[in-house]
Amino acid sequence: MRFCRLLRTLLLLPALLFAFDAAPEYADVVLNRKSELEGVRPVVFPHWFHRIRYRCKVCHSELGFRMRAGSNVVTMADIIDGRFCGMCHNGQVAWSADRCDLCHSGKRGQPSGIVGGSETKGPGRW
Amino acid sequence: MPRQSRPGWLIAALLLGVGMAMAAAKWAPLALDGVHDPTSPAIGVLQEPAEALSALPPDTAGNQVLWMRALDEGHINPRTNILPETKVNLRLTDVLLKNTGEMPMVRFPHRQHTAWLDCSNCHDQLFERKAGATKINMFLILQGEKCGLCHGAVSFPLTECQRCHSVPRGSPEALAFGRSLVIER
Repeated sequence: MRFCRLLRTLLLLPALLFAFDAAPEYADVVLNRKSELEGVRPVVFPHWFHRIRYRCKVCHSELGFRMRAGSNVVTMADIIDGRFCGMCHNGQVAWSADRCDLCHSGKRGQPSGIVGGSETKGPGRW
Repeated sequence: MPRQSRPGWLIAALLLGVGMAMAAAKWAPLALDGVHDPTSPAIGVLQEPAEALSALPPDTAGNQVLWMRALDEGHINPRTNILPETKVNLRLTDVLLKNTGEMPMVRFPHRQHTAWLDCSNCHDQLFERKAGATKINMFLILQGEKCGLCHGAVSFPLTECQRCHSVPRGSPEALAFGRSLVIER
């Protein structure tokens, strides 16, 4: 009986942890316009990680990423040629394009978009 | 028949679980965040949010980080440019947005915005350069237009009303603007 309770408690706690933790970080972006069609995992872009190292204007002005979610079509050819992500992800500033799995690390089957608490897609979502 | 003590331990376990989960849930581990594939080789290589963000000034919304304070107090020093020829534009004026119905007026600070952004990120596509010339309302913002392109998606969310609506009508801060919509800080 005592063992049974202990077992249930042990089972319950991880279940709760999973339930509460399944939230992406605020401003994470899933990019899956082409990824899964090409047979790789979707990309998860963490704004928080990049913001610690670069101000918004570096990517959104110098690198040419437009501000509106979904308005940037980035191909691996662009990146390998040094455009968009490839300005830094070139093996010198950050890992290069041959480290596929580090960017293409998302769960399969997710649509593109900003996740982690975006509440700006209409009053109905509030 | 033995007395049922199940509810007692169940509630205790629930409370403990919720407490532990809330402490841990401030920044979910990548493997449990619902967007990363827990079987991806990136897990364990990529930096965990809690490792970086727990060292920064705490907030109650968004990334749970006061990013502006983190920058102002030097906790982080993100690069302003990567091309040497890029001109880094800064501006110090505040703009007063008066047409806010029953809410306090909005003081838009250029300093905080240009610390992160370039003029071209907002002007002239989202906002006219002339103060008062752009029609802005909360419906547009809630649909992800105007301020809502960033606020609610990447910068502090729309639940934090008073961070923008900070100037009560008739307050010394409002009177400091006089008849102008723009003030030099």
